[in-house]
Amino acid sequence: MASFRSCASFRSCHLPLPLLSKSKMASTTGETLAAAEPIADGRTEEVEEEQVVNPWEVSAKGGKIDYDKLVDKFGCQRLDESLIQRFERITGRRAHVFLRRGLFFAHRDLSDILDAYERGEKFYLYTGRGPSSESLHLGHLVPFMFTKYLQDVFKVPLVIQLTDDEKCMWKGLSVEESERLARENAKDIIACGFDVERTFIFADFSYMSPPIYKNIVRIANCVTGNKIVGIFGLTLEDYGGKFFFPYIQAAPSFPSSFPHIFSGKYSKLRCLIPCAIDQDPYFRMTRDVAPRLSYHKPALIESKFFPALQGESGKMSASDPNSAIYVTDSLKDIKNKVNRYAFSGGQDTIEKQRKYGANLEVDVPVKYLNFFLDDDAELLSIKEKYGSGAMLTGEVKARLIEVLSEIVERHQRARAAVTEETVDAFMAVRPLPRMFG
Amino acid sequence: MAFTKDQLLARLQELKIEFLSCDHPAVMTVEEQAKYVGHLGGALSKNLFLKDKKHRLYIISALANTKVDLKILSQRLGLGKGGLRMAPEEALPEILHVALGSVTPFALINESARSVSLLLDKGFKSQRYCLFHPLTNEVTIALTPSDFDKFLLSIGREPAYVDLEDCPVVGKDNPPDLAYLVPAEALNLPGGADKVPPTSAPAQTNATLEQKTKQPTQKPKEPSKEQKQKSGKDKPQINADAVADSTNVEKFVEKVLEKVSNVFISELSKQSNAEDGNIKDHMLEGVKQRVSFDLLSMTMTLKNSVYTQGFHAGIESTLYPLANRKIVERK
Repeated sequence: MASFRSCASFRSCHLPLPLLSKSKMASTTGETLAAAEPIADGRTEEVEEEQVVNPWEVSAKGGKIDYDKLVDKFGCQRLDESLIQRFERITGRRAHVFLRRGLFFAHRDLSDILDAYERGEKFYLYTGRGPSSESLHLGHLVPFMFTKYLQDVFKVPLVIQLTDDEKCMWKGLSVEESERLARENAKDIIACGFDVERTFIFADFSYMSPPIYKNIVRIANCVTGNKIVGIFGLTLEDYGGKFFFPYIQAAPSFPSSFPHIFSGKYSKLRCLIPCAIDQDPYFRMTRDVAPRLSYHKPALIESKFFPALQGESGKMSASDPNSAIYVTDSLKDIKNKVNRYAFSGGQDTIEKQRKYGANLEVDVPVKYLNFFLDDDAELLSIKEKYGSGAMLTGEVKARLIEVLSEIVERHQRARAAVTEETVDAFMAVRPLPRMFG
Repeated sequence: MAFTKDQLLARLQELKIEFLSCDHPAVMTVEEQAKYVGHLGGALSKNLFLKDKKHRLYIISALANTKVDLKILSQRLGLGKGGLRMAPEEALPEILHVALGSVTPFALINESARSVSLLLDKGFKSQRYCLFHPLTNEVTIALTPSDFDKFLLSIGREPAYVDLEDCPVVGKDNPPDLAYLVPAEALNLPGGADKVPPTSAPAQTNATLEQKTKQPTQKPKEPSKEQKQKSGKDKPQINADAVADSTNVEKFVEKVLEKVSNVFISELSKQSNAEDGNIKDHMLEGVKQRVSFDLLSMTMTLKNSVYTQGFHAGIESTLYPLANRKIVERK
């Protein structure tokens, strides 16, 4: 079965994926899953669904995900304008473009985190990646970019989990290969600009140690196999490690897993987890467990899925490099991919375009600009002109290429400066004395 | 990011705080100010920007006719007899982001002023209106005391009203009654005269970063080849929080951009006439926007690389206990 990290990115707003594995129980695209959506109290039900969103599958009939339905179904809350304004007031600056444009759009208990923060009570951030491949694309980076913003504006520490053990279990990689990929991915993550003074990156294979293992077992004692099956759709034919792994992913939500960082007055620190909304069922499990271990429930801030270059109907596939912009792409590659593969909502001919304007609903370049073009005024102007026909597809794509090139170039430059020693420093089990400084 | 008068007034409006505003020529004293705004029927304030021997900063905002005795206040704050002095002139633009003659509690809206302690004359509470400069001494605004409190709370400040004329005897049995108002951290004041030998990595990092502000931004080199230059002319840090300031990437980039823009503007002014002021500001804002992201990324890279070097040096030195006896024994 495809793990919830099968899109090669744990907790990322990954592009909608077809199921990758040939597992017996998982359905192929088109069918809905047998062990489908877990209901809030943990029961599972066989439901005929129009859209399926869970940690290992994201698909919808007709291609378009209905996020309102999703939020209702999961029972999380929408991130509304007043919360965004609250962000701006508390942090003293403009909210991140992903917040303003609604890419991060749902949450659980975010108000509690903000209330506590205003009272002077801190929190820490927790995110991670399933290192299944060496090459990352922009969709993978998005949650890390957002997490970096959170780290900067709130000045709080961050732990990043690299689940090399998970990739070993689900992808059949060797232990050594998973470890290697974890370190390689760590370099790209570091290049996103995390502050070494308040960031701890760890890989499961090397960090497993008494504090976190004890928490894993405590969590394991709270969640039955039935619940795990409900959330992850496993069967008795699956290897046993897959049943155990969810506990490993839950453990970093509890500060005592990191006694070298959170001790003394920080031993009950609150946790905020930026993730993609398909991870929600998973963290429901973690939130259920938290009070039983006398911890705050981890709060979540959740994102939509990042559109593939080919648009809603496109299938993102690891073997199709033209479905996304990779961080290793050259400027020429970016230009080529956007021009040739980005799905356009513009009309077929220039005359028609001038007359009718573009369909902004399906236009992928505009969607990408929505997330990556920081200037609100310019974006508005582009949408108006493109929608009315004053602007042509080629022009919009050209602007997108500029914006993406800048981002990719910046990332590559930062990535080039990351050495093995840098990774060692980020992954060293060390106290972070100025983590709230 | 320094707040402007307009931004402050916009914030007051956001908070639904009503205020009266009066423009007038720049005034440097309360008497002058009274000529223009006395008719508003509010209480004029005199605002003192002070520092103590440990470089901690205070704003004392008092009614115009309240007697403020710095010697007594100094004792009440637990700073000894002559502990309070006027803050250095450079601290005004640097910390409060206001010009000479414009000291006002509203300056605390700036992040840079977060460690400045505010003492308010309790006499304000009984006034109908209180009058302050909204970050410039060419304007005076009047607002009710409760609205003023509302503003302070909105920037995370608990208003501290004090009987400024009270002169309790401070001694063994009478601890300084205002000691709770002394700020927790001191700020790196410009023109700091304390001479302390550079200690280790933190001071070095600061020195390196300070060096960078004097040069145009360059790509960070390979950390192992980077020379950590000793800077005789720069001010070494002794305070841990000042170290936090100096390792703050955003503050660093802000300073760099400010220095560059100031120089740029003055060079530009030499070429064209003063009327292009707005265009220049606009252009500068545009330049800053475009260059910020890259600068921030590069500076963070530098910081992480420098930390990595220090970290590994630390590890390596513990492998040589004989040569580094002190380090091992200290553990």
